[in-house]
Amino acid sequence: MSQLEISNDNQVYVNTPNDPSPLLEVWRRLKKHKLAMLGGAIIISFIIIALFAPLLTSYPYDGAVLEDRFLPPLSEGHIFGTDDLGRDLFSRIVYGAQISLRVGFLAVVGSVIIGTILGLLAGYYGKWIDMLISRIFDIMLAFPSILLAIAIVTILGRSLTNALLAIAIVNIPTYGRLVRSKVLSLKEEEFVMAAKALGMKNRRIILHHLLPNSLTPVIVQGTLGIATAIIETAALGFLGLGAQPPTPEWGTMLADSKDYIQLAPWTVVLPGISIMLVVLGFNLFGDGLRDVLDPKMKQ
Amino acid sequence: MTEAILKVEKLKKYYPIYGGVLHKTIGYVKAVDGVSFEVNQGETLALVGESGCGKSTTGRSILRLIEPTEGRIIFEGEDLVSLNDEQMRKRRRDLQIIFQDPFASLNPRHTVQRILEEPLIVHGIGDKNERKRKVVELLETVGLNKEQIKRYPHQFSGGQRQRIGIARALSVNPKLIVADEPVSALDVSIQSQVLNLMEDLQEKFGLTYIFISHDLSVVRHIASRVGVMYLGSLVELADKTELYDQPLHPYTQALLSAVPVPDPDFKRERIILSGDVPSPSNPPAGCKFHTRCRYKMDVCTKEVPDLVDVGNGHYIACHLHR
Repeated sequence: MSQLEISNDNQVYVNTPNDPSPLLEVWRRLKKHKLAMLGGAIIISFIIIALFAPLLTSYPYDGAVLEDRFLPPLSEGHIFGTDDLGRDLFSRIVYGAQISLRVGFLAVVGSVIIGTILGLLAGYYGKWIDMLISRIFDIMLAFPSILLAIAIVTILGRSLTNALLAIAIVNIPTYGRLVRSKVLSLKEEEFVMAAKALGMKNRRIILHHLLPNSLTPVIVQGTLGIATAIIETAALGFLGLGAQPPTPEWGTMLADSKDYIQLAPWTVVLPGISIMLVVLGFNLFGDGLRDVLDPKMKQ
Repeated sequence: MTEAILKVEKLKKYYPIYGGVLHKTIGYVKAVDGVSFEVNQGETLALVGESGCGKSTTGRSILRLIEPTEGRIIFEGEDLVSLNDEQMRKRRRDLQIIFQDPFASLNPRHTVQRILEEPLIVHGIGDKNERKRKVVELLETVGLNKEQIKRYPHQFSGGQRQRIGIARALSVNPKLIVADEPVSALDVSIQSQVLNLMEDLQEKFGLTYIFISHDLSVVRHIASRVGVMYLGSLVELADKTELYDQPLHPYTQALLSAVPVPDPDFKRERIILSGDVPSPSNPPAGCKFHTRCRYKMDVCTKEVPDLVDVGNGHYIACHLHR
């Protein structure tokens, strides 16, 4: 027999004397999400590897030792083996984690900040401002993102920094549109109207009422976006438009060793697996966050 | 004679309808179509009507939460429509609103403390300590206790949230409050609590209410005068007792005959209107009610009846009462 819970107006939350803050509440529910925790663990391992790279590696990532070319994995001193120039693959992958995480994170932060600002302005003020911003977004989205990134890198010049910039720019419309659509629906909510009725200035309404309430989807999208940004960085690197050798960027490493795939498959497989793992980690974590944060914060 | 705190003159709100390839205006939805009335200091004027008749739009236009298309809103001798944004923003202290949906009207990310303190910050009322005291005072005024100050809106029940909404409206010491269906979303038992609270507050702070509702029993309880709206226009406006005892407009009569009476032996004539409310984008010519009116005359299809005083402050817009 199921038990019926009866609560009246004044007793609804009597049983929770210390009401948790929303952030704690999210964490509590995220902890129960196994896949998200797995993703989180992968991300954290890579962050630790990246942070302690100098401590973990015994060879420099760009130290070519030509007599040690193509040493297979688990060779003495080189657990991941060496590449075509005799560089320690483990060092290169560990330092590569630094690059990928930094680029992924910075690119997403950049596009989130600019996208959110543009989305808030377009959604709240509407009219010609919305027209202008939305059409720019439409134009940008009309190009396949990697093609647009290639175009931007070509204009700015080949380098990791420019690849980062290009990826950040390309992803602005994603966040801009997300925030804009959220603001459009929030604007009609009564609490925003109440804020206006209470005589709050536009800036206050945007910053204190619209922004905090439109961040949830951005955080989810941003987490997933880091994965995309890492892949795009690798793709640009693979095409020779991103990081330039000897920078140990995973995509660049793939490009450099693709000719030796039969001779020394580990030089291709290991950077490839690294990319896949990091991307998987962010995707799992992002999906978990979405499950936890949407549609409503409350249980 | 009490003094009018608010005069609404020929208020109109038309929403353009766009169509065609060129996105041209092909018509208007006449949500509010020339509404005029006065609200006296300290009274509760109720606006009633079925959904879509423009009562909420009227309420929100008075506060310029929706920009009126035409008309004047004279509050304490000053036309609110003529104010620029900054002047209006400062003026908003005097006019507040209570919303229908207590689940949508509070920012879900703010604690009660922040919800109630923010208006004080915006209008530069008091320093930090004074504001804190005022927030506690407001909570107690609306019957909540100060232990709940750090909670978020979703941790309250509907009735409690509506009390927070009322406290927020009170925080800036307004003179006039537009209550937009404040109890429609609540249980009947909670409704009476909130209504009684509103009445107590009116007495305590000398508030004037514009009470928007479709619930005639609630209106009978709280209102001093009642205005009946149909399709964007005011059709009848009278003292509560007069309106309930002697409704003159055929629409009001039909509306009142639909109020359930908790007495199984009570028999009365139920006036059933035929047809639907016409579209506000294409309202009937002449009297807007003529398509459903059982007393329809030739003149009704041609001339728009004005809202005229038939004595005793009883206004009616109907050709039957000339």
